[in-house]
Amino acid sequence: MSAATEETTLALRADGITVRFGGLVAVKNVSFTIPQKSIVSLIGPNGAGKTTFFNVLTGLYRPSTGNVILGERDITGQSPHKIAQLGLGRTFQNIRLFGLMTAAENVMVAQHSHTTSNIFQIVGHTRHQRREEREAREFAQELLDFVGIGQHSEEYARNLSYGDQRRLEVARALALRPAVLLLDEPTAGMNPQESAVFVDFVRRVRDDRHLSVLLIEHDMSVVMKVSERITVLDQGEKIAEGGPDDIRTNERVVEAYLGRTGTEGSAR
Amino acid sequence: MSLRAPEVVSSPTKKSDLVANHNRRWASGFVIAAVLVWVFYTFLLPHLGSGVNTTVRQWMPLNSINEALVWVICAVGLNIVVGYAGLLDLGFVAFWAIGGYTAGWLMSTFIQAVNPGFYFLSSAIPNQPGIHLNWWLVLVAAGCLCAMAGIVIGAPTLRLKSDYLALVTLGFGEIIPQIFLNAETFTNGAKGIAPLDNVAPLPFGPASVAVGGQTIKISAPLGPFDVSAKYVLFVIVAAFCVFVSLRIREGRLGRAWLAIREDELAASMMGVPLMRTKLAAYAVGAFMGGLGGVVYAVHNNSVFPDRFNFAISIILLAMVVLGGMGNVWGVMIGALAVAWFNSTGLPQFGDSFNTQFGTNINFPSYNFLIFGSILVLMMLFRREGLFPETRTRQVLQEAERSDDEELDGGEA
Repeated sequence: MSAATEETTLALRADGITVRFGGLVAVKNVSFTIPQKSIVSLIGPNGAGKTTFFNVLTGLYRPSTGNVILGERDITGQSPHKIAQLGLGRTFQNIRLFGLMTAAENVMVAQHSHTTSNIFQIVGHTRHQRREEREAREFAQELLDFVGIGQHSEEYARNLSYGDQRRLEVARALALRPAVLLLDEPTAGMNPQESAVFVDFVRRVRDDRHLSVLLIEHDMSVVMKVSERITVLDQGEKIAEGGPDDIRTNERVVEAYLGRTGTEGSAR
Repeated sequence: MSLRAPEVVSSPTKKSDLVANHNRRWASGFVIAAVLVWVFYTFLLPHLGSGVNTTVRQWMPLNSINEALVWVICAVGLNIVVGYAGLLDLGFVAFWAIGGYTAGWLMSTFIQAVNPGFYFLSSAIPNQPGIHLNWWLVLVAAGCLCAMAGIVIGAPTLRLKSDYLALVTLGFGEIIPQIFLNAETFTNGAKGIAPLDNVAPLPFGPASVAVGGQTIKISAPLGPFDVSAKYVLFVIVAAFCVFVSLRIREGRLGRAWLAIREDELAASMMGVPLMRTKLAAYAVGAFMGGLGGVVYAVHNNSVFPDRFNFAISIILLAMVVLGGMGNVWGVMIGALAVAWFNSTGLPQFGDSFNTQFGTNINFPSYNFLIFGSILVLMMLFRREGLFPETRTRQVLQEAERSDDEELDGGEA
């Protein structure tokens, strides 16, 4: 906002995050930044600590050490709803929609923190409450149109097709008006064609909604195509960081994924 | 994920509009039924033959309808906690009891320390000690007290998840009536508080008006036999609870409750403050429980601790489940049916049966057996309740499909 220092151009910064579960160190001293309006990816073999790291960002776990700074605010150890309100939206690896609510209602739930009507205003149907409801509904429709399922706004989420459910999750996260959107394996279950379309979609979300995107992804073609920067975790540690081309040729990354040459064929 | 351009489709009928129409239909039905019942008992029944009169008095006395309305008020309150927010509460009787005792304290001669008595818009006999408030104010006071109690009870317990929450609420449901039983200084112990002030429909206006040969009391105190006047008052309170339930459901709070019921973790990740939202459900439910308590006290003209037992919490829960969790109208009908069955239907059926067949079976003593059997059958054949919410009907009728999806979903 003020001077264009390094600090202010970062959408999110995680400093020295360590997470211990008992004696197990799931994430070890990982630092990580998301520049504003960027698309970055977090990759790594299974069990590398990606999900744990993700859960630290969203407030599900409190890191043993380290800080998470969203914009200019320290959100370390805040409760998940507070972090969501401060501008961190997310989708889930296993879709977690509110199945018995309509698509529009799903998106309206995420606007909870942007509406203010109290219980008396709700029961009294005051003008303020009616306006808020109308605006919430309109914004929900706008977002559903944006992700391309506007015509299903009155359908129960559980009845939507798999692809539409994924898109509804994005619309719902966008309703938080987030500064950073975290996508947890968004192309799981998609065929290559759908994944290719998804790459364009992520860019469009970033450009139209003015936010940064953090991807956790297994599909390397998607990661390489869409990411501006990639961070690689292995066994809880950051082993590489850089553009797609750097990562592709990085020895440690190749080693982590394919195993050390010279040892048994499949190392993991 | 393919990216179709947003298609231009004629906008589908909004579910919220359908719900609004549906509610309007039910609401008009409720009002018409309520008025018809009143007209029937007040004006028609006295003119009907003594045969009809006896049958009606046996099978459907207005008193039993009044009592059923108490259950409706509490069940609608519990529905907010259980049906809307999905929090299992096995101790709802606590709020019922707190409401009842609030009426006892604020509408009787019990608090002798206040001497001369404090009167405010009250129709009680003048020049007695104790606090004598207008009963509408007592309703508000009891509701607010219960809402606060709900928050106090909820704050430590709502951090727990399903089963544990149920157990802790069960504990509170046991503790609070015990407190009322044992804190004799404040509650008169097992002797209870009786009688309560006779309430009047309104604190002002003419004492009574004559309509169609019947005296309708307006500001005159209602005695034990003014059942039809009490009926009107109770219906108004029940209607208020139903109205509040419906309004809240359609707003941001109702949506947040539903989201918590559906997926608590996802709800919190979407910015819904879990604790505060759950507490709100608790407080609103408790508020209505408090209203129910006052109405019950007025209905009986007394408060006794042994009336507030665990069975009440369970019966209330059964009403909610039988009627159709989440659907206010279903819960209302469930409450009316179960309450009538318990208080009048079963004993009357037993009497007729015994007279007919010369047997001597004590039917009311089997009420929990019958009741339990009905519940088991319901769970086997109609899990969604008699009048389920449209949303719930969907899942429960395609249970197998949703089970498959759960398996696909992976993480629980």
